[in-house]
Amino acid sequence: MTYLGQFALWAAVLVGAWGAALAFFGKWEERPALATAITRSSYALCAALLVAAVALWKGIFTHDFNIEYVAAYTSRNLPEYYLISAFWAGQKGSLLFWAVVLSIFGALAQALTSQRFKAMLPYVAGIVNIVAIFFVMVMLFGGANPFERLAFTPPDGRGLNPQLQNPGMIIHPPMLYLGYISLTIPFAFAMAALLAKQLDAGWIVAMRKWALTSWLFLSVGITIGMWWAYVELGWGGVWAWDPVENASLLPWLTLTAFLHSVMIQEKRGMLKRWNMGLIVGTFLLTIFGTFITRSGVIASVHSFTQSAVGYFFLGFLMVAAILSFTLLYTRWPLLQPEAQLESMVSREGAFLYNNLALVGIAFSVLWGTLFPILSEAVRGTKITVGPPFFNKVNIPLGIFLLFLTGVGPLIAWRKASAANLRRQFIAPLLGGIVALGALLASGLRSPWALMSLSVSAFALVTVIQEFARGIRARMTMHAEGAPVALMRLVARNRRRYGGYVVHVAIMVYFVAFTGLAFSTKTTVDLQPGQTASLKSAYGHTWTFTHLGVSQYEALNRRVSAATLEVAKDGVKMGTIKSEKRQHVDSFGNPTFEPSTEVGIRSDLLEDVYVVYAGSPDGTERASFSLLINPLVSWFWIGGGILVFGGLLTMWPGGPQVKTARQRASIQAGYTVPLAGVAE
Amino acid sequence: MTGSRRQFLGAAVAAAGSIALRPLAAQDQSPLRTPDTTTVRGDLLRDPDGVGQRRDTVTAIDNDAGIIAIERQLKCTCGCTLDIYTCRTTDFTCTYSPALHKEVVAMVQDGKSAEQVVRFFIDREGEKMLMAPAAQGFNLAGYLVPGFGMLAAGLALAAYLSRRRDVVAVATAGGASTTAPDAESLARLKRALDEVDS
Repeated sequence: MTYLGQFALWAAVLVGAWGAALAFFGKWEERPALATAITRSSYALCAALLVAAVALWKGIFTHDFNIEYVAAYTSRNLPEYYLISAFWAGQKGSLLFWAVVLSIFGALAQALTSQRFKAMLPYVAGIVNIVAIFFVMVMLFGGANPFERLAFTPPDGRGLNPQLQNPGMIIHPPMLYLGYISLTIPFAFAMAALLAKQLDAGWIVAMRKWALTSWLFLSVGITIGMWWAYVELGWGGVWAWDPVENASLLPWLTLTAFLHSVMIQEKRGMLKRWNMGLIVGTFLLTIFGTFITRSGVIASVHSFTQSAVGYFFLGFLMVAAILSFTLLYTRWPLLQPEAQLESMVSREGAFLYNNLALVGIAFSVLWGTLFPILSEAVRGTKITVGPPFFNKVNIPLGIFLLFLTGVGPLIAWRKASAANLRRQFIAPLLGGIVALGALLASGLRSPWALMSLSVSAFALVTVIQEFARGIRARMTMHAEGAPVALMRLVARNRRRYGGYVVHVAIMVYFVAFTGLAFSTKTTVDLQPGQTASLKSAYGHTWTFTHLGVSQYEALNRRVSAATLEVAKDGVKMGTIKSEKRQHVDSFGNPTFEPSTEVGIRSDLLEDVYVVYAGSPDGTERASFSLLINPLVSWFWIGGGILVFGGLLTMWPGGPQVKTARQRASIQAGYTVPLAGVAE
Repeated sequence: MTGSRRQFLGAAVAAAGSIALRPLAAQDQSPLRTPDTTTVRGDLLRDPDGVGQRRDTVTAIDNDAGIIAIERQLKCTCGCTLDIYTCRTTDFTCTYSPALHKEVVAMVQDGKSAEQVVRFFIDREGEKMLMAPAAQGFNLAGYLVPGFGMLAAGLALAAYLSRRRDVVAVATAGGASTTAPDAESLARLKRALDEVDS
């Protein structure tokens, strides 16, 4: 099968290059048959890469340890569901995964895009083909070929890293990859629009669902990554500002900015250049993230092995940046706005500030991630930029953004009047003030926590107010009951109300992050029968009684499980088990250092988090890290709300959104040239 | 009789032993086991290596707020990106963070202040020991550039937009004063409005 895999990779390069050459040099505008051939090259590329993927999966599932990749990331006793995730667990497999998924997305873009945009499709195919064959070339020429064979066949493989043997790791990497990879499609449409000089709102309509899909995949991938970090790494947090985490956050931030500013382009025909710049920047940030993850240029706890592959991505990043921005520069005059901002106190103004905050946060994260390199280059001194730096810089910006999340929907388009502002802001401001008062009364004194929670309350009331007004209006106009009015309101304005639901999810994330800042922690040694206690941020006293350690064997590991009985203010709440796992191969030989599985008892208010650290003397006397983490469940609830809101926004059907130009023509209904009036 | 009593006792001990050891032997042959309850509380673990390296006994000073505050400022030198406190309470395979912790504890017990402890590690390991660079000299750029960048971008945006508004206003006003719509255009406008009204 490896020969077939190798052959498929080469076939993919050839067919991809052929399709790209036709797209850029084929004069297909004059010969429509060539446009069909270009589209078919996308399908052929997809088929070839699918064959390669099947070949690798066959090697993994048949335990062909003569394939170096299979021997490095699997073993005979690895559970089958982790054989699936072994495909993308290593550098080489993940590159193939990227290329395959990109080719599938490329083919789907050709198949699903409306014929209205057919002038762009050959360019889209060409750009997707180029990006996909770049990944295949890295595999073939960058020392990352997943079909490379060993000179001998080991009896068993090394197995999968224990930290990757977690359900979250089956979902988290593919979700992030899907987010990263699908971003190539909006980028390809943007480039196609520039190349074809079709710079009306068409390209936005053509790629909008792709951008939303990418955003949703990235959001889910980041959230599941947070969950994995929380349940697997044992430090009790969800976000450590690690460079690899930052690399996933950067395109999410700029894509979020794009999804907001593109609304201004659709409604008012403004910000065309900015939107082009944002989508190009977002794509480049995905390549930058790939470079960081795979080059080892910046220290990270969970990047791939340092290799020369990263520098292929650096080269690709530079070439893509130069070509994209040069193309954008040459089309600059064609991207004139159709309207001007009439007032900074308007919905457009709020969106601009929102974009400024999102891009500002992205810049500060990028700046902090790269600052160690800059410092070494300028001063010759190595420094560390860790969580204290990022928190100091980004918490104020984050709260400002949260404030804008609330403000944006309240302000009218074009120009808000004083009466409009008064009417819209009274309830949300009251909500924020009441929350602030309640928090102060409850004894909370941390300024950042007070700001975060009260601004969240302010923003939440804006969303409730928007829903309430919409429902009330429908009830009055259509004599509907409240539930029916709610359903119809949302069904007929999915983007708007889906967006509000996403806003609620972001507020919930902020609340959860604020809660986690009040985590309490201690380390203890306990003999069986001994008890330790820890006070939570709410003032509850949790007691932990060590019941003992049991040792047993499971499929691919030897397990030592320590069990604690927990009680809250003297009331028994059950037991929590934390494990040490020594993974072994099928001959019983240890494969990795012993890993830790945390024990968690979760409710809406706080998590009890137990980590069995080991034994001081080889007896049942056990060392534990004990944590009480407030409000952590709300991260996962927020994730659920976010997915619901995202899907609502993307759900097919509903009224067509009209572009600024379409609306203008409908409103006027005639054209009369009036001299001296700017467009 | 003596011989038979000895034989009886021997047989009884052997039977008791075989019963006592049977569960353990059975578990040894089985690839999949249920939780083991044979380990007596406080006894040696059957597989002490299965729980990783031996750990130092936790003492009160390991949870001392002052020690933790110092360790949170300092990076573990094992190659991870964690501070000493987080690393020693998270990565139980790390041998660096427990050693660094001992050094911090020893210095604090010798009467050194937090600043002196931190300074000691910076002098020995370099500035990279700090989890966040000190806000001085070139490092100030790290802290200030994002904020100033945003401020500058905001001001530039506001200035640009205000200039654009002025340009449009002047163009509109100027155009209106010099070229009024001609009679034909006005007639077309009237016809169009009539069509809309009807």
